[in-house]
Amino acid sequence: MSPVQTMPPRGYHLSKDELGADILEVAMGPHHPSTHGVFRMDLKLDGETVVDLKPVFGYLHRNHEKIAEDISYPMSMPFTDRLDYLCGMTNNWAYALSAEKLIEIEVPERAEYLRVIVGELTRLVNHCLLIGFFINDLGALGTPLLYALREREKILDLFEVLSGARMMVNYIRFGGVRCDLPEGWLGECQRIVDAFPAFLDEYETLLTENEIIIARAQNVGVVTREEAIDFSLTGPMLRASGVNYDIRKVDRYGIYDRFDFKIPIGGHGDCYDRFMVRMLEMRESVKILKQAIRDLPDGNIMGKAPKIFRPAPGEAYGRIEAPKGELGFYLISDGTPIPYRFKVRPPSFVNLTALRHMCLGHKVADAVIILGSIDIVLGEVDR
Amino acid sequence: MNSPELSDRKEVDLSPEATAKAGVILSSLDWIYNWSRSNSVWPLQFGLACCAIEMIGTAGSRHDIARFGAEVFRPSPRQSDLMIVSGTVTKKMAPQVVRIYNQMPEPKYVIAMGACAISGGPFKQGYNVLKGIDRYIPVDVYLPGCPPRPEALLHSLMTLQEKIKRQKSLGRNITNPAYADGRRVYPVPELKGDDLVPPFNPDVWTPPTANPNVEDGCPKGRPAR
Repeated sequence: MSPVQTMPPRGYHLSKDELGADILEVAMGPHHPSTHGVFRMDLKLDGETVVDLKPVFGYLHRNHEKIAEDISYPMSMPFTDRLDYLCGMTNNWAYALSAEKLIEIEVPERAEYLRVIVGELTRLVNHCLLIGFFINDLGALGTPLLYALREREKILDLFEVLSGARMMVNYIRFGGVRCDLPEGWLGECQRIVDAFPAFLDEYETLLTENEIIIARAQNVGVVTREEAIDFSLTGPMLRASGVNYDIRKVDRYGIYDRFDFKIPIGGHGDCYDRFMVRMLEMRESVKILKQAIRDLPDGNIMGKAPKIFRPAPGEAYGRIEAPKGELGFYLISDGTPIPYRFKVRPPSFVNLTALRHMCLGHKVADAVIILGSIDIVLGEVDR
Repeated sequence: MNSPELSDRKEVDLSPEATAKAGVILSSLDWIYNWSRSNSVWPLQFGLACCAIEMIGTAGSRHDIARFGAEVFRPSPRQSDLMIVSGTVTKKMAPQVVRIYNQMPEPKYVIAMGACAISGGPFKQGYNVLKGIDRYIPVDVYLPGCPPRPEALLHSLMTLQEKIKRQKSLGRNITNPAYADGRRVYPVPELKGDDLVPPFNPDVWTPPTANPNVEDGCPKGRPAR
């Protein structure tokens, strides 16, 4: 009757497999320090080996899509911040992109550059934090995460000066961005971006050739190239498996065709490759940021957006390369100012589908780091 | 024996601050007990949603919650004094939150961090969102914001410290008032159909009835979603 899944009474129970050996069933989560939020894994363990895994989510289902079908298009913008709450800017951008497909709005050049700048800064924040959490899952409690938080604070300061909020920025609008750069912002941004590679060098000295990380992360949670495509993985997860697919290069949305940057590709598809792909992506983001700051033109920041956003009946799907993968918004309009259907294609949710496949046969401790390497945010998984 | 110091008796200031300055600790048991308790509040490492990221940010180097003795985030409720409800509590999650709260040892405190934990926040009209965790467990400090800044979390922690310092170790002040009848656990709600049963815990929360235009915290007449 009740759709809710409650914890087993003691949190675990024993059953027998066909040979009579003990199988331990453990409910890991929803309150667990390494589940990155309120996510639950129902594990079946033979000794320490994972023989079955069932992800259970919905603990943070906040009805984003349903609420959005009750309010007008621009009113959904602040809700998108709270989808993937580490990357407000890219969520705004993806939503604006799909709305701009619904009504043809020309985005001014300066606004496009600003979007790229804040979008790539968001990628730095996300990858920084993710690697901190990932190393945290490996057992290095605190130190690498503190390094990451230190850099994150600097970028959040930029966001705060720009938009008034640290995380829930609500900055991008249909047809442009909300406000222009404050005085001195660009110089400060330039300073932080210039100093960022030094931080990455420091981080890599600490982590990349660390014996423990190599022993724990290499050949753990392998997804082959074909499997990655079959699972519809996107983002760094897909690229770590050796597929050259980045929507910034494929769609060339916005003005990404003007920048010179490379797409890091992994060779093995294990946790270590996912970690390294993100490290290298940060360096590429720094490259993009330097070019965008150098080329930033003067001009308008808002295109000719209609006062009341009332698209003609139709549908649109806009997608961007969010830090976690392909983030898409699918909108159906019935001619009213309120969307008829509002669907989010969240990257972490789709990437999470490969979790069971990756964990089978590994130890429980590896299941934790495999989950960490997927980079999920429950606000986006459950919506 | 006629030294002037002995014959010249004065009133002695016996307040804890004055005696501590003189190198002597002279205090009431309450004062020293509450002083030590309030400066080692161990929070539960319990993140629900967006606010959890700001909570982690508060533990980071810049804001450094360790200055207030609260940096020891414990993963187990058995070892923690403070539950920071950081984020949206959905109807699926609410039973677990209450259960975890029950598992914490007394005396325990709750900070409702962010608009969602206080009232449902921006997701209030959602069909799956609990409209405030104070319906089931007593909340000591309400911390508004979406999400609150780390400085605000520090301020709420200081507010909690003030509250702890005012408590008495004897009598009922130190435990939660709902425990007056000797019960040690709060009833854990159950998700039946599409709502939690019971809808709230009458020991800790009463529905607002003073405003006739407000029904269950929402403007009257708005269809429940």
